[in-house]
Amino acid sequence: MPVGVQNYTTHFFVTGDPLIYGVDVSIILVSLAIVYVLTRYRKWGWLWREWLTTVDHKRIGIMYLIAALLMLFRGGVDGLLMRTQLAWPNMHFLEAEHYNQIFTTHGTIMILFMAMPFIFAMFNIAVPLQIGARDVAFPYLNAISFWLFFFGALLFNHSFVIGGSPDAGWTSYPPLADLPFNPGPGENYYLLGLQISGIGSIATGINFFVTILKMRAPGMTLMRMPLFCWSVLAACIIIIFAFPVLTVALALLLIDRIAGAHFFTMFDGGNPMMFVNMFWIWGHPEVYIVVLPAFGIFSEVVATFSRKRIFGYSSMVASMLAIAVISYFTWVHHFFTMGAGPGVNSFFAVATMIIAIPTGVKVFNWLMTMFQGRIRITTPMLWTLGFIPNFAIGGATGVMLSVAPADYQYHNSYFLIAHFHQVLIGGTVYGMLAGMYYWWPKMFGFKLDERLGKWAFWFFNIGFYVCFLPQYLVGFMGMTRRVYIYPPGLGWEIPNLISTIGAYLMGVGFILIVADVVYSIRYGERDLTGDPWDGRTLEWSLSSPPPHYNFARIPRVDSRDAWWEMKQRRQRGEPMEEPEPLRPIHMPKNSGVPFILCVAFFVAGFGFVFNWYVFSVIGLLTVAICLFHRSFDYDTDYYIPVEELEHHEAALGRT
Amino acid sequence: MAHTSEGAARHAASGPPWMHIIGFVLSIVLTLAALWLVLGHAMRPAPLFFTIMVLAVLQIAVQLFFFMHITESYGPAWHVWMLALGVVLVVAIVAGSIWIMTFGGDVAY
Ligand code: HEM
Ligand SMILES: [Cu+2]
Repeated sequence: MPVGVQNYTTHFFVTGDPLIYGVDVSIILVSLAIVYVLTRYRKWGWLWREWLTTVDHKRIGIMYLIAALLMLFRGGVDGLLMRTQLAWPNMHFLEAEHYNQIFTTHGTIMILFMAMPFIFAMFNIAVPLQIGARDVAFPYLNAISFWLFFFGALLFNHSFVIGGSPDAGWTSYPPLADLPFNPGPGENYYLLGLQISGIGSIATGINFFVTILKMRAPGMTLMRMPLFCWSVLAACIIIIFAFPVLTVALALLLIDRIAGAHFFTMFDGGNPMMFVNMFWIWGHPEVYIVVLPAFGIFSEVVATFSRKRIFGYSSMVASMLAIAVISYFTWVHHFFTMGAGPGVNSFFAVATMIIAIPTGVKVFNWLMTMFQGRIRITTPMLWTLGFIPNFAIGGATGVMLSVAPADYQYHNSYFLIAHFHQVLIGGTVYGMLAGMYYWWPKMFGFKLDERLGKWAFWFFNIGFYVCFLPQYLVGFMGMTRRVYIYPPGLGWEIPNLISTIGAYLMGVGFILIVADVVYSIRYGERDLTGDPWDGRTLEWSLSSPPPHYNFARIPRVDSRDAWWEMKQRRQRGEPMEEPEPLRPIHMPKNSGVPFILCVAFFVAGFGFVFNWYVFSVIGLLTVAICLFHRSFDYDTDYYIPVEELEHHEAALGRT
Repeated sequence: MAHTSEGAARHAASGPPWMHIIGFVLSIVLTLAALWLVLGHAMRPAPLFFTIMVLAVLQIAVQLFFFMHITESYGPAWHVWMLALGVVLVVAIVAGSIWIMTFGGDVAY
């Protein structure tokens, strides 16, 4: 083989690591298997018509959910690999370089490609149904958002086998992330993967903001909305204002790297700390973006399974809006040690402590809702109950970290690692799993098995404490984050070993969740009523799964917990209104353009990663053509005629 | 759905799109002015930064009034509230960043 070609292939494909060869083989096998199954059962057309071109929020929600679970798996395997390496002093399981890559991809994937799609899954699945709408405000844009996320994540994940993974941490600080210290495509993957999916996130924020403000059923005033919708509204406000800052920061860093600019370089007037500043202007609000929807889900779950109205509704709303605004005023707590001076540090320390107050209010409200309620311990409720002590500890250690002088001790130690895993896992992941178990029957028409679900919860929950409590300890003993090896004799052995055992317990928990899904597809209890949990909000008034138009008649709402009130009235034997006659329903048409548009983004991104600008030009041109096409496309919607509606409703056993 | 077509009809009825034409001209003028100031080294850096910032803010105003229909709304004017919040946050971010990045001293970045 000519040397040029040989060099080229060894640089293009990542070589030399048996782990990665293993992955190469499994990627190829899985891809072949998928192609085989699709071809064998003639499912290509089905895939295209029903999924790749869909603009239905329920299907988009399901695709987000699947993607989030896959990414949770990949991120989780990364976590287990790291914990294996750290289980004992002087381990030689991962090399330094490989370890750096793994903590970088782990962090990035967990936040941007697991937590974000998971919350978007819940947005899509629940919001339109809860407010009595037939879809989101901009269904076509919603499809674009999903595919941008999907291809952004796909691009990022390619780094693993093609070109090499990024290794400057999920925060990607320059100067380490600058070209001189980080040649090769890894960091470009990070920048472009995040950039592409970030456009999608901004669009989702706008989409759901408008949906909630403009598409509520008649009578559903803002203060009658389910709390989950409020939490989504608050999260969307944060997305709209925070994500553009990330977009700018990433774009400037990319320009530094591929066009030789000096925004964040060490010399020539650049200032690397400015990137840190901008990253966290987005980064802190981001943690609230992923945790507020979890709060919303807990509120729904607690009310349903305590059979009570949520306690302190308006204080819940007020605290979420307060969090949405205050979260912009705390960002320096991620770099107190930069030394911006006592004035700056004090201001941001106090702002950080203040934000704990509305959060505390919410915890008390959940507890008061359960007080004297008729509590049913179902799987969603278990995750909610598990969340409360988790968040209490995570919140307390957060306030410890917010004390700026003390943070000089804790900063970048395992104490910090334990803290943010406690709030991210205990808050976001528990919340999303609660939501997944809660809305699963609504989406798929069957419940997930409760017994397996409870086993999964206990493995995960106990594993969590076993994994992360020792890390507080070992942090106090001086172990810093992002170390790949440590010598014996520091007293770190035992806590690290325990921690690794805990991580594997959580792994078992995850496997049990997957097992639960697989088992329940066959044997799960079918949901024939549409209201398996005796719910309170409008989504439970529909059949499971709901028809593609959701509501044959848009419901009229005159109180909070609208569906619960309707059921109460029916029980008291109050006369029901005559249902209005059905009318044709206005629906958006499916379209393949969002998918093609995002493939084009992927191609353009790939071109930027490897500085092969031909690809970038082709990709961006295709993007422009797609946008142009859409601007002049007037055939975007249709009406479902009444006969068809009657037919559908009759098939669902409804009138 | 009905809203959008109504709105479109109203715009179509009013002859040539003067608002868009004026807005387009104004935004081009503002952009060229900024470009000329920088390329021509027309001022010292500090006043130059300041002037460009002023031009940028004017540009935002032009976009909002001429293209983004800030004055129109069906129902509550949520977009105005969001913009007000946006102004607060942008001021906080810009002022905060300057405060932070001068490291409590007079090292200007
Ligand atoms: C299966 C459970 C998990 C395990 C065992 C785990 C383990 C770890 C380990 C060992 C590190 C690296 C520490 C270091 O060397 O500095 C780490 C970092 C990190 N983890 Fe996790 N993790 C888990 C879940 C999560 C989740 C669910 C999230 C977010 C939602 C998350 C977000 C992060 C972030 C942002 C970092 C920092 C990466 C960096 O330093 O750039 N992790 N995790
Ligand atoms: Cu923060």
